[in-house]
Amino acid sequence: MVLSVNNLKKSYRAPDGETSMVVDVASFAMESGAQVALRGSSGSGKTTFLNLVAGILQADSGEVILCGKALHQLNESNRDQLRARSIGYVFQTFNLLQGYTAVENVLLGMLFGPGADRAYAEALLERVGLADRMHYRPRQLSVGQQQRVAVARALANHPDLVLADEPTGNLDRHHAGESLALIREICKENEAALLLVSHDDTVLEQFDTCQDFDDINHAMREVAS
Amino acid sequence: MSGGIFLLVRRSLRQHAFSTIITVLAVGLASGLTMSVFSIQQQTREAFSGGDVGFDAVLGARGSQLQLVLNTVFHLETSPGNIPWSVYEKLKEDTPGIRLAIPYATGDNYFGYRIVGTSTELFSDFEYQKGQKFRFVGDGRSFEDGYAEAVVGSYVAEQLGISVGDHIHPSHGVNYAEGSEHEDEYTVVGILEPTNSPSDRVVWIPIEGIFHMDGHVLKGAGEHYEHHGTHAIPEEHKEVSAVMLSFSSPTLGMNLNQQINMIGKEYTLAFPIGRVMLELFDKIGWVNRIFELVAYLVVLVSGAAILASIYNTINERRREFAILRALGARRRTVFSAIVLEAATIAALGSVLGWLFYGVILFSASYAVRKETGVVLEVFMLHPSLYLTPIGMTLLGAITGIVPAYKAYATDVAENLIPHS
Repeated sequence: MVLSVNNLKKSYRAPDGETSMVVDVASFAMESGAQVALRGSSGSGKTTFLNLVAGILQADSGEVILCGKALHQLNESNRDQLRARSIGYVFQTFNLLQGYTAVENVLLGMLFGPGADRAYAEALLERVGLADRMHYRPRQLSVGQQQRVAVARALANHPDLVLADEPTGNLDRHHAGESLALIREICKENEAALLLVSHDDTVLEQFDTCQDFDDINHAMREVAS
Repeated sequence: MSGGIFLLVRRSLRQHAFSTIITVLAVGLASGLTMSVFSIQQQTREAFSGGDVGFDAVLGARGSQLQLVLNTVFHLETSPGNIPWSVYEKLKEDTPGIRLAIPYATGDNYFGYRIVGTSTELFSDFEYQKGQKFRFVGDGRSFEDGYAEAVVGSYVAEQLGISVGDHIHPSHGVNYAEGSEHEDEYTVVGILEPTNSPSDRVVWIPIEGIFHMDGHVLKGAGEHYEHHGTHAIPEEHKEVSAVMLSFSSPTLGMNLNQQINMIGKEYTLAFPIGRVMLELFDKIGWVNRIFELVAYLVVLVSGAAILASIYNTINERRREFAILRALGARRRTVFSAIVLEAATIAALGSVLGWLFYGVILFSASYAVRKETGVVLEVFMLHPSLYLTPIGMTLLGAITGIVPAYKAYATDVAENLIPHS
């Protein structure tokens, strides 16, 4: 089991002072190497859920067990370390660092975990078809190429789990399909589990396991009712 | 991990290259200025008060000891007056414990460089520094008493292009004025090797030459005596500006000090020379303290420049920090990277500061040598040359703490989303 979530709750205090529950997931689990898609509309708490799983956000209550380690029992520094070693993250806006070349962005993905391995970073960029763009800065790359750098970076630390937050949201339909296939392939090659959230049906229908996030997130059910 | 921090620092400096360069320049100037102030301060103090000038005391007319020293040892200022030749002779012949007594007479110049009348002992017995006697370039030699011959200091020869065999006409007064040339002509018989001392800026002639110079009035006997023709000048009319003394026993200096300065009222003995000059530095100590204060303020301003240059980028870099944190960077990694970035800017500035220091000291050395003949050593290892860069780098690291804390406190989830 790479991921196990139990009674996970997260709420935010709204500007008017009222507390609103954003995530209330009773149970969610993923096997190693599994590829799971979560369908959810905008504002349904998908990104918050991924950030809780990644240890970027701290839950109000409940537990996230990642690679056998309960995040709520770890201090922030240890959560950071676990994230650096076990999680790859593909963001909708890619979040590449503009001052760094493609290969340096990939190196950043391993720097805080297993340590920099330039040969592996270059191999990953070759794998995503950017062998001739390694020393380009993000601004010098097309949107599709930036997406591929982001995928290479997410795999750079040999993660057990890759989180993908609307990874094709900024791509046209053709590139979205290509990119999604690439993410899935590379995760499979690297034996990394993939948890993807999206609201795009063309993306979701490619997954054997696709769950409606609203079904597992009680917070949204309460809002809906 | 540490390699990771260095990568973050390198990239950040590259990304903000313009502000980095400007800040490094500012720190470099501050650092160079600080090192220069302290180095020049110490070197001038040592050169004018602590250095071995070859004499223990100077005897001259009643007046200021400082003026006497400045006039005779550093060839600056005007002479406070003259003393009879007989005083010199008495000191030389009849005073036990005096190792060397050398007469010194001024009043003329050669294109602004001081002409000093003295005796040949200056070149045969006098040591301008311990164990260092004047040496002549090539086949040059000392002038001979009774001849119209001159020996030229290295700086004068270099500046005026004088060589052995040239003829020179002294001008009246210590400052050059066109049309003030004497009829007398002197043949240059020797050029001195550089001594890096005020002597390099002097033209030496036999003291008799000063007595015989046309237009000079002697008052050794209390009445005006102007020499005409070639006959010998009566001893009682001769006078000198000062007598430079070297003692074989230091107690003699104290005895003479008692007799001449405290009991007597006719003459002044500047003794010991180092103490006299130190009094000058003590009097102008406040100037040094102002320079030091300015240097410290400049350092503080450069620290503020580092703070401003990094602090201003923190807001635009919040997303960068959030991304790094999302990739697993710990808060302390981000904090350390910013502190290291500030320290690196300061360290780079300090390295540049050595260059500025070299330029400032070279210029100062040129100016001081031109005015006094004293040479400041650009490459002298002064503690400020390593303490300033260390202090500056520490200051840089300290100024980095504020922006580093701001980066440290960045909310990851909030800043991962691009803000338009």
